[in-house]
Amino acid sequence: MVANFRNHDAQRITPHFLVYDSNMSILVDSNTKVICQGITGNAGTFHSLGCKEYGTQMVGGVTPGKGGQDVEGIPVFDTVEEAVDRTGADATMIFVPPPFTADAILEAVDAGIKVIAAITEGVPVLDMVRVYEKVRASGSVLIGPNCPGLITPGACKIGIMPGYIHNPGKVGVMSRSGTLTYEAVWQTSNLGLGQSTCVGLGGDPIVGTSFIDLLARYQEDPQTEAILMIGEIGGSAEEEAAAFAKANVTKPVAAFIAGRTAPPGKRMGHAGAIISGGKGTAEEKVAALEDAGIVVAPTPADMGDAVVKAMAKHGA
Amino acid sequence: MKIHEFQGKELFRQAGVPVLEGIVATTPEEAVAAYDKLGGAIAVVKSQIHAGGRGKGTIQDNPAQKGVVVCKNADEVKAAAAGLLGKTLVTIQTGPEGKTVNQIYVEAGCDIARELYLGIVLDRASSKPVLMASTEGGVEIEKVAEETPELIFKEHFDPAIGLEGFQVRKLCKKLGISGAAAKAAARFMPAICRFFVDYDCSLTEINPLVITGDDQMIALDSKVTFDSNALFRHKNLLELRDLSEEEPSEVRASESGLSYVKLDGNIGCLVNGAGLAMSTMDIIKYHGGEPANFLDVGGGANATQVTEAFRILLSDPNCKGVLVNIFGGIARCTTIAAALIEASQTVGFTVPLVVRLEGTEVEEGRKMLAESDVDIISATDITDAAKKIVAAVG
Repeated sequence: MVANFRNHDAQRITPHFLVYDSNMSILVDSNTKVICQGITGNAGTFHSLGCKEYGTQMVGGVTPGKGGQDVEGIPVFDTVEEAVDRTGADATMIFVPPPFTADAILEAVDAGIKVIAAITEGVPVLDMVRVYEKVRASGSVLIGPNCPGLITPGACKIGIMPGYIHNPGKVGVMSRSGTLTYEAVWQTSNLGLGQSTCVGLGGDPIVGTSFIDLLARYQEDPQTEAILMIGEIGGSAEEEAAAFAKANVTKPVAAFIAGRTAPPGKRMGHAGAIISGGKGTAEEKVAALEDAGIVVAPTPADMGDAVVKAMAKHGA
Repeated sequence: MKIHEFQGKELFRQAGVPVLEGIVATTPEEAVAAYDKLGGAIAVVKSQIHAGGRGKGTIQDNPAQKGVVVCKNADEVKAAAAGLLGKTLVTIQTGPEGKTVNQIYVEAGCDIARELYLGIVLDRASSKPVLMASTEGGVEIEKVAEETPELIFKEHFDPAIGLEGFQVRKLCKKLGISGAAAKAAARFMPAICRFFVDYDCSLTEINPLVITGDDQMIALDSKVTFDSNALFRHKNLLELRDLSEEEPSEVRASESGLSYVKLDGNIGCLVNGAGLAMSTMDIIKYHGGEPANFLDVGGGANATQVTEAFRILLSDPNCKGVLVNIFGGIARCTTIAAALIEASQTVGFTVPLVVRLEGTEVEEGRKMLAESDVDIISATDITDAAKKIVAAVG
């Protein structure tokens, strides 16, 4: 389609991502207006500027007590409410320190922000218990905490992922791990598939959004032609997703599970990544996924290939 | 963060959760003094290590010596203490290498009518804490969960509210507790749920929870793990940490903000991100190697941390080669490259080093490495990296 445009001199050459734009993605698109809570901290500043440079509409930031300042042209407000009133923001990324993250999430919910990406790592789990119900009841979508954020390539990047590895395209990527997502994105980009929207769910025991939530959204999204799910040991989110996909998803689904060689009882970095009482093993997860007709990549190097195989299997 | 049984019981006592009197001892003499002070005829001598299964566990070179001993007089207490202190206790949870018993807990006996199980964990599926109770106390709960899951009863609770009265009554009905014992449960169960919340626990387990002949409910054991992320609001708990129970290299890593788990292989791994670190281990194994560790340098890795990471990896005598796998997001490849170069000067690499860099500032990072005199084998992708390090360690 893009090539066709280029054959007609009279046709203005369109950057190829625009072909996909206008709400054909999940959660965020080029119209999304984003603020950063904790914008004046090192990470907040660095990644706000990174998102802005990528093309995200970074309309403001929030740091209590620093309202009126600006971060290289991005205005800083004292409260999220004020930032929303003044900028019309509908998404936020949170970089505030762990003791204050739950409060920051609730502040965003209170201000009516629709998409909240909590990047912060190390949030007490009972804080998330407190926040979880309130977020779910509000209708806002929380991604994370302890996550890289989300990106609709070519339209909107909210978070810490390196933008250049992404290409607008057809694979919806969702993952419990940050850097492993980059690996998957890199592979699907190199295979020419590109991504519709990539979401890092976060590595904590309680996160705002689950695989199932996103499977439903990807299923509805016209741009998404295949789904790649990257799980890891611990918990049962992958098994639940497998059952959901079997019943509700008609698009090709591929998966990878990290931690096949992890010993039981040892927490592998993420608070959630632990095999305990013989539960949460990679074997159980792989079996559940394969039972649901999902193509599982044997190694992290095969995630892109698994998507290709899943699509071929569906005749896509 | 884990603590010992006796420490957990002290916290229980303060929280109004009934426990028996007990005294910690580090020598047989102290144990006898503790027995005399407790004043009863029967006392139980319990090994204090950070692992479950102590009652059935045995001393490594003396299988007749159990980790928990019921004693009827001072001589038995002395003998039990001598048989445990300084010895290595092997239980189903310690692995064959076992753990050294540095302390014992001498506890008063009691008249046990029933043994139950009680545990509180976070239920990830419902995003709430859950109280689990079972009639099958005193045995491995994993076994009960596997063989007779219908004997484990669960009640979820809101941390802000705690366990409601009707939930206690439901549990009592299923557990077959009535009368005065049910009244004891109505105090005990909400108190232990409040304890779980107040101290930001990730696990509170009592196995066995006993009902005495006079209908008291008492925590005969305590297994408490705190959410490390919440310790900032429980500074007083930090002094309960027993570093001798932890792997020294893991302690050292956590002091530098690194997430490290020692394993048995010979390929050291230095990776950013937990998921990528786990999959790097997986792919090493897939290509026939054995990872020596899990190591996540984290998002904001700086030169000091990466240098320390190399020190930890190279101090493992089993480490015959190191694989660095970095996909830069928050961590920039230039930071890692600079740290690699600095580490090569300060630590010195004595084993082959395979480096795979990708992500933020990758070109600059690769250039820095190419222009330095660090001796590295560079890899183009994760498979290439795994194959090269497996070949390098032979």
